[in-house]
Amino acid sequence: MKPILTIAKRELVSYFTSPVAYVFLVIFLLLTGFFTFTAGNFFERGEASLAAFFGWHPWLYLVLVPAVGMRLWAEERRSGTLELLLTMPITPWQAIVAKFLASWAFLAFALALTFPTVITANLLGDPDNGQIIAGYLGSLFLAGAYLAITCMTSAMTRNQVVAFILSVVICLFLILAGFNPVTDLLTRWASPALVDTVAAFSVVTHFDGFQRGVIDLRDLVFFLSVIGFALFATGIIIRGHRAG
Amino acid sequence: MIKIENLVKSFGPKRAVDGISFTVERGEVLGFLGPNGAGKSTTMRMITGFMPPTAGRVTVGGYDVVESPLEAKRLIGYLPENAAAYPEMTVHGFLDFAAQLRGLEGQARKKAIQRVVELCFLDSVLHQSIDTLSKGYRHRTCLAQALIHDPDVLIMDEPTDGLDPNQKHEVRNLIRKLGQNKAIVFSTHILEEVDAACTRAIIIDRGKIVANGTPEELRGMSELAGAVTLSAHGATQEKLAQLGRVEDLKGAFRIYPRDKSRAAELAQGIVDLVSREGWKVEGMYSEVGQLDEVFRRITLPDTVKR
Repeated sequence: MKPILTIAKRELVSYFTSPVAYVFLVIFLLLTGFFTFTAGNFFERGEASLAAFFGWHPWLYLVLVPAVGMRLWAEERRSGTLELLLTMPITPWQAIVAKFLASWAFLAFALALTFPTVITANLLGDPDNGQIIAGYLGSLFLAGAYLAITCMTSAMTRNQVVAFILSVVICLFLILAGFNPVTDLLTRWASPALVDTVAAFSVVTHFDGFQRGVIDLRDLVFFLSVIGFALFATGIIIRGHRAG
Repeated sequence: MIKIENLVKSFGPKRAVDGISFTVERGEVLGFLGPNGAGKSTTMRMITGFMPPTAGRVTVGGYDVVESPLEAKRLIGYLPENAAAYPEMTVHGFLDFAAQLRGLEGQARKKAIQRVVELCFLDSVLHQSIDTLSKGYRHRTCLAQALIHDPDVLIMDEPTDGLDPNQKHEVRNLIRKLGQNKAIVFSTHILEEVDAACTRAIIIDRGKIVANGTPEELRGMSELAGAVTLSAHGATQEKLAQLGRVEDLKGAFRIYPRDKSRAAELAQGIVDLVSREGWKVEGMYSEVGQLDEVFRRITLPDTVKR
């Protein structure tokens, strides 16, 4: 446990010692603001909810989360510090979990900075704050799932750009599998059971419940499995590099 | 402390390390020599537990590196190739991070950091970030990291690479000093370092050990070892040829002994000949052999196809 905290702390501090963290936070907040209030017609909806806010998250994270996670392993491999880290008396799992948790904490911090949106909704009307909390929780798990996938692609290459593109592509699949225009297209020639199966792999399907204020165990299990699977794959990939 | 048995590492069809065995005891400084791509770094990566071997065994302090990696890694300090370090961290932050991962806490951690900072002369850059450091300082920072837990075993991949002559000298002195109560392995392709710091040297080529001995023994393998160079007024090649093979060096002659084990007799023979002939000696000395000649003879340059 101790090494996990040490490594996670180092990762988190390294975000804030480079300008990347601040650039990311500003862009994230600007984009959430824009999508919620302008593109999402927050004021014209005539309802006190954050639907306009959370609805965009799967798409927003598609670009922003890989940008946060792409350096995690690619940079360590490129600069040779991976050798340093893995010859310390720690297990590779401790390093994998620590790096994931540090980036996840950073994303949670960014998400927490969107609190003015919640205040706005509460000032203008009487929203269901339980629903909002569930939405935040879902959004955090959504970001975690994307991040775990980015960890995996980052371990695959020493080039951050390649890691970024690969994770965007994989996450895009996870969105499109349950994206209404796509599922509508599929129902024309596939059986409804098949369409449902495909949609069950989508983050959108599982994020929907959270947005409606329902914390369903199945949705939690889905996100945790994606995270678990991607981190497990990260471990295999890293072991593969070392085995040569 | 370090025991390596029949170590093999294959990358696809290529055998980077091909059945290497050696041991290093406490108090020994082993120089690991070889041309580029001979398998030096790969061997070191297997000793430190970064890469699992394809076959063979590495034990450090009695712990098998593959079976009990954590126990083995605790005993090892490692300076990787090119002295990798996190560029955005300060020297102090980096050493603190390494100390924490090594399980040092509180006062012990502070003391450990202070000790390596003094040992590696890092005082003046302690709060500078690593990417602003010159190569020499970066190297020493990474070396400090390897020494932070005062390890019994020290593995260094080209510790003097890219340093200026003064820094090289310092690092060699440090290695020699540390080697008195540690087991040290360091790789290099600078042959003078073998004399300067090692108690023993191993030369590897294409993944195999081609020579293993003290620096003196290795030099003894040189063709030059035991030869006598004579520069004397009146000396002629014909007269000298009765003592051994003679090479004309323009103004001096080099006489090679017929039998290396009787090299001392050669010198005496030349002295006798000089006094008999009445030559006027300007200079005369015995060759001890040159490492680079040995190195060139037993390893093939990588420009030669296999």
